[in-house]
Amino acid sequence: MSIRDLFVTELAVINLGVPSFYEDLLRQGQPVIQVDWKPPAGGNQEMVAALEKLETVREKIEAGNREAFQRLSEAHPYLEGIGTARDLIPGLGERMLLHAGPPISWEHMSGPVRGAIIGAILYESWAQSPQDAEELAASGGIAFSPAHEHNAVGPMAGIISPSMPVFIIHNRTHGNYAYCTLNEGLGKVLRFGAFGPDVLERLKWMAEELAPALKKALQLSDGIDLKSLMAQMLHMGDEGHNRNKAGTSLFYRIVAPLLLKTDLAPKTVRRCLEFIDSNDHFFLNLSMPACKAMLDAAVGVEYSTLVTTMTRNGTDFGLRVAGTGNHWFTAPANYVEGLLFPGFTPQDANPDLGDSAITETCGLGGFAMAAAPAIVQFVGGTASMALEFSNLMYQITYGENPVFTIPALNFRGTPTGIDVRQVVELGLLPVINTGIAHREAGIGQVGAGLVRPPMACFEKALSALAESI
Amino acid sequence: MKEQVIVQANRYADSVTLMLVSQRVQQLPGIEAALVGMGSPLNLDVLQTLDFQAEISAGPNDLIIALRGRDDEAVQNALDQMEALMRAQGSSASGPGKERPKSLVQALAKQQSNLALISVPGVYAAREARRALEQDLHVMLFSDNVSLAEEVELKKLAHSRELLLMGPDCGTAILNGVPLAFANVVRRGVIGLVAASGTGAQEVSVQIDRMGQGISQVIGTGGRDLHEAVGGIMMLDSIEALRQDPETTVIVVVSKPAAPAIAAKVFEALSKCGKPSVLCVIGSNGGIRGKTEVTAQVAIAHSLLETAQKAVRLAGGVQIPQKPADPAEISGIAATLQPEQKYVRGLFSGGTLCDEAMEILTEKLGLIYSYGPLDPAGQLLDPNKSCQNTVLDLGDDFFTVGRPHPMIDLTLRKQRIKEEAGDPEVAVILLDVVLGYGAHPDPASELVSVLAEAKAEAEAETKVKTERGRESEPHKNGAVFVAYVCGTAGDPQDYNKQVKALREAGVRVFASNVEAAEFTAGILEAARGGGPR
Repeated sequence: MSIRDLFVTELAVINLGVPSFYEDLLRQGQPVIQVDWKPPAGGNQEMVAALEKLETVREKIEAGNREAFQRLSEAHPYLEGIGTARDLIPGLGERMLLHAGPPISWEHMSGPVRGAIIGAILYESWAQSPQDAEELAASGGIAFSPAHEHNAVGPMAGIISPSMPVFIIHNRTHGNYAYCTLNEGLGKVLRFGAFGPDVLERLKWMAEELAPALKKALQLSDGIDLKSLMAQMLHMGDEGHNRNKAGTSLFYRIVAPLLLKTDLAPKTVRRCLEFIDSNDHFFLNLSMPACKAMLDAAVGVEYSTLVTTMTRNGTDFGLRVAGTGNHWFTAPANYVEGLLFPGFTPQDANPDLGDSAITETCGLGGFAMAAAPAIVQFVGGTASMALEFSNLMYQITYGENPVFTIPALNFRGTPTGIDVRQVVELGLLPVINTGIAHREAGIGQVGAGLVRPPMACFEKALSALAESI
Repeated sequence: MKEQVIVQANRYADSVTLMLVSQRVQQLPGIEAALVGMGSPLNLDVLQTLDFQAEISAGPNDLIIALRGRDDEAVQNALDQMEALMRAQGSSASGPGKERPKSLVQALAKQQSNLALISVPGVYAAREARRALEQDLHVMLFSDNVSLAEEVELKKLAHSRELLLMGPDCGTAILNGVPLAFANVVRRGVIGLVAASGTGAQEVSVQIDRMGQGISQVIGTGGRDLHEAVGGIMMLDSIEALRQDPETTVIVVVSKPAAPAIAAKVFEALSKCGKPSVLCVIGSNGGIRGKTEVTAQVAIAHSLLETAQKAVRLAGGVQIPQKPADPAEISGIAATLQPEQKYVRGLFSGGTLCDEAMEILTEKLGLIYSYGPLDPAGQLLDPNKSCQNTVLDLGDDFFTVGRPHPMIDLTLRKQRIKEEAGDPEVAVILLDVVLGYGAHPDPASELVSVLAEAKAEAEAETKVKTERGRESEPHKNGAVFVAYVCGTAGDPQDYNKQVKALREAGVRVFASNVEAAEFTAGILEAARGGGPR
């Protein structure tokens, strides 16, 4: 609008800075909006320079982000079956274990991850005692690799070994697959680093009875539309990360009749249904790979500054961005702030752990808190706080998911497509809604709460993006 | 004694708010020292200066609250008050449902807009202004500390996109009748004003209003627009916009001294614009005024009042003539002065009003000392100490480091008034009182309170002296207060109410800055004549 045109148009002002200028205009009844301004990037001039450099290719970035967001929002994951990890997961070697988070060596692993690795070695019978297993792991005899680099994800320690059964999730829009183990339940479980005989026994039962039974049941379907299930669970009080009660129930309603239609022994069907029914988090191991399948569709979109991976290995936090492909940006993981179960103290907590932040990366979990008011007490908050968290996340995301909507926000789409530039510029970190693992192997979950990624990951990513142009 | 230092990470508030809050907290009972500010290197230094012992680490995005007081209770009370003040200032973290956009782009998504008013710290201001221009927004850049190179770049960008970039350091504009930042409520009319000076624009627009004419637009260019490097980009674009504006029939340019080549360009633009115009240059000699001749198209004015008068006449209105100082009143006042009362102390909040007063006083009295003197010989080495005839712009950067502008916060001016009033050599204290949006809500009451204190002190001193029998004649009235109130009846502070309050406190209030300055000069000339007449 030229100056001449401005003279004949009603003035509408954006005020950045001194609030009294805003108030004066308000008092005069003028259209005015106040920006809640903060120094960009917390006053970090290096980051401001990186942001400015990216501004020079703003149109390319906008095009990249549009493409990445479109891929993410058009992706449509289905549960198509169950198979064995070694047959399905690309690049999973015979003596290889996949783990949650960015790459890590045995020396740097935290207690629960080491425990889970010992358990997985025993499960695979690569060693006969926990001591032997530990030695084997420390000796370099086992390859460790992030599940994320193999189209897979896992909660907490996230260990996947070759003979474990995995869900097969297929993004039918773009053709890519994602895999995840079956959820073991709460208490002493492998993902929290437990490796006692009961843990191993349960895993064997899951591989020998549960997985084949579910596989058979799923063969009677055309694949289960996970995206639609997830859209429904958001309307039923789940956020898909820390609360999966509704999702699990919906899954149960679909899978129970299918199991009953099979020729499986009634005892088997009963045990399978009881197992699913007893575990509110059964669906977590479906919402996670569904998110993974959607996000993987956006990997490698040139110039895109949207985040495709946020994950933790209990030591480091790892971030990957669409425009920088498979490169990891890491920094030490934070501790979760929240409520601890009775009998535990903050000293018992392990740093942030697990691939489950893939849900937040996809706009669920902490980003969809407003959909799950029941969860906020669990993480030590109030219902209005839940609304506020979701509202804040719109400030760092590219768009709104067209399918996942939040009733309490008038069915607004979930905030989706975390933009590294926005995170750094506004100094506003994603909020992750997560469980807390005990720092020692095998004790299990000790609480739940909220955690933020380290800003350093985003700053490194931003620098790399700026250097790449 | 209790000390408490709190760092709140990631809680940003703007500096004006924080300085006001700091200052209020400091005045709370039982509080000895207080700092509420962002963790800038400057504030960390201040913390040391204030003798706070706590070792803290804070970044520019973290809020520091440092309090030292009599006891726990005083400190806790101050903390509570501080939070209440922060909330009242409307800059605390927004609660649920009060979600505010965090960036210009987000704000634009919420509200179709055409102007960005930017007053963030200078180091970030250019970036925000660039962003605004790229979004096709006109910009009023209130922030200072923007480099000349950035200014040039921004103005070139604005020019190429046919947008306004008012500033940096632009304090005053009225667009489409809407006062922005520091501006008065004046009637709308046919006179378009382009000004490189904030208070210059305020004074001219106020005087035009008083003479019954009105303003179409007031465009501020920032003080450096006529600098060689900037080339008058905004001045020229604004003149062109006013030339094309059907509502504007008279164009007024208020300038500071300009580079000769640029001055010539501005003069040429005015000469050729096809509308009658008035040009006024305030500041040192030379520049436009020295280089140009009066033409049929461009009238030259030598004061802000004369600028308004000529503009009003060109617009077909009736000017109010300047009222000459009344010799009887002057000699009456001079008669009350003591022989040692020889000097004026001008304490201004408006830079151009200050410059204009200095010009008049220099003409009549000779050398005027200042922090920014017209004649380099008048340079004060320590601006905190006046010397003979001294006139200061308390809005100068020297005085505003770590403090709000004196138009908003009168603390420093009040302090200085007391000091000057206590100086037996001072005859006249000359003040400006700027009203309008942006300014203090009731400056007169602030000044009246300090006047009363100064008067009480002067009387007490006189009494002591009299009792000791050293003074043959009592120090009757102390210094004479002369003021100009720049404002209109429509201003939020109400001009008439402000003038009444000042007059009741014994201040001689004039209808223009020029008249106040000439009256002051008259008193001093009379006093120089020696002894009571």
